[in-house]
Amino acid sequence: MSTLTAGGGPVGRPGPRAAVITRQHSRPGERVTMVAIAAAAGFSVLVTVGIVLALLFPAVEFFRQVSIVEFLTGTRWTPRFAGQESYGVLPLVTGTLWTTFIGLLIAVPFGLGAAVYLSEYAHPRVRKTLKPILEILAGIPSVVYGYFALTFVAPVLLNDLLNLEVGSFSTLAAGLVLGVMIIPTVASLSEDAMSAVPQALRHGSFALGANRMRTTLRVVFPAAVSGIMASIVLALSRAIGETMIVALAAGTQPRMVASPLEAGQTMTGFIAQTATGESTPGTLSYDTLYAVGLALFVLTLVINIISIRLVRRFREAY
Amino acid sequence: MASVGTLTRTAVRPLKAERHGNGSATSIAFLVALWLALAFSVLVLVVLLVDSFRDGLPRLDGDLFTRYSSTVRPETAGARAAILGSIWVITVTAVLAIPLGAAAAVYLEEFADSARWYNRLVEVNLQNLAGVPAIIYGMLTAGFALAVGLRRGTVIAGGIALALLILPVIIIATREALRAVPMEIRQGSLALGATPLQTVWRQTLPAAVPGIATGTILALSRAIGEAAPLLLLGGATFITYDPDGLMSGFTTLPIQIFGWASRPQAELRTVASAAIIILLAMLLVMNTLAIVIRNRYQKRW
Repeated sequence: MSTLTAGGGPVGRPGPRAAVITRQHSRPGERVTMVAIAAAAGFSVLVTVGIVLALLFPAVEFFRQVSIVEFLTGTRWTPRFAGQESYGVLPLVTGTLWTTFIGLLIAVPFGLGAAVYLSEYAHPRVRKTLKPILEILAGIPSVVYGYFALTFVAPVLLNDLLNLEVGSFSTLAAGLVLGVMIIPTVASLSEDAMSAVPQALRHGSFALGANRMRTTLRVVFPAAVSGIMASIVLALSRAIGETMIVALAAGTQPRMVASPLEAGQTMTGFIAQTATGESTPGTLSYDTLYAVGLALFVLTLVINIISIRLVRRFREAY
Repeated sequence: MASVGTLTRTAVRPLKAERHGNGSATSIAFLVALWLALAFSVLVLVVLLVDSFRDGLPRLDGDLFTRYSSTVRPETAGARAAILGSIWVITVTAVLAIPLGAAAAVYLEEFADSARWYNRLVEVNLQNLAGVPAIIYGMLTAGFALAVGLRRGTVIAGGIALALLILPVIIIATREALRAVPMEIRQGSLALGATPLQTVWRQTLPAAVPGIATGTILALSRAIGEAAPLLLLGGATFITYDPDGLMSGFTTLPIQIFGWASRPQAELRTVASAAIIILLAMLLVMNTLAIVIRNRYQKRW
């Protein structure tokens, strides 16, 4: 901390009039600095524009050769079978849907349970020791989760312990681990929402004779519901966009996934696989990547906007 | 008498409710369910760590740090290029993202008039950017590199991709740190005649440094574990030389782990888990640093 007198203003001189102080913001170079930091903030808009352009140009190139209808409704995704290429994105979408659905099936109950416990039941000291565990879970790199899904969840947990008929790749194994990865997203945001519910509401409920469970379920939960929904929607968006887990554990064969025990490829998994293979800019294979990327971006953009709307609503509530 | 009747009746109600108090069977079942929800996360964390360490610890030897990756002799493959590559890329990321993020945060928190449409646009845009999938940032950087004629698989391209990825996180963290600095400090500085920018530079920012440092280190630790955007930049997993500059080719630990784990050889999976231990150790060091800074230097106003 620098001292207060370090300010370069007219400290020694007798105090200038207030009007002078407020008008003083034009020391040499300050205008330039202001423009620079405003530009830094504006840069983030440029990033979004850049994303849209970077995805759009190759995607347009792609849709010149493949019709949008075929892309959105086709059920065969075989861009690399020379002679019988087919560009229906639905197989990738089913892969993404299964892993995301299984992920939410894990993350929503376990995340909400943890959030309710931390917000409504835990002693402040207990909360202080348990919350970091969720933070550690959130801090583990997704490639580590992917390794875990590939070397433990699929062969040991699903195959040996639960006797399920899964191969080394399945949307089930990927989805389960994906769910664990997004538990902290659900838990921490929901906990924030429930902690933001005024204490007076709980006291009112207790005074009417309700116990803690009833108060939680009938008073706190409804009051925090838009924040909780926002946390789930955000988790949904993260599940759709997650790459490394599904690239390692879901499989590399794009096909219509009918059961979670099957292997399948997701949208992000396809992007990762194609990108690591040989794909030179300007080829249809390269443009394919960006068409899928654009679909992914639009999907998560819509979901994010819903989430932002929901968060705004719960912030305004109190 | 009617009045006595209503009195006793109302007196009975709280008693009835008490029978369904916090000790009732459903209440206890509910609490147990909550406990299990939290215990599940802890259990998974423990199993995950045990699984990685059991596989990887025997392989955590000198070869891992001094040798390069090899498919021909997987039993002595090392992560040397990946460790050095991670350090290179994360340094570039920090150099690019921290000044840019801090400047943007200062503008948004200290100067921006939130009634203006362009400032609101930046706000919404930041919220949205924070939710864009990591892999999209790789596609953006690949497209950018193509447009300006930069080679994709270089340290600088990797640094740009990760910097763009964590920029929203750094901005949000810096803004929170600035917000925690009390108004009185700014007012005191302004009252002494400092200009708003001098106030930010000499009072507000120095006071917020611990918070900014904590948030930034956490953002960088997210970047160091990220692989998806870098896959789009060429994703070379078999680099057998030390990166030696911004235009050098590179691989990082997460990419290397991905490359090893996606191959069927058992030896490569083992070395992948050993590399995971190194990666987790790096993250542990960074997070500890962040927590130490938070606890030791952060002021409670």
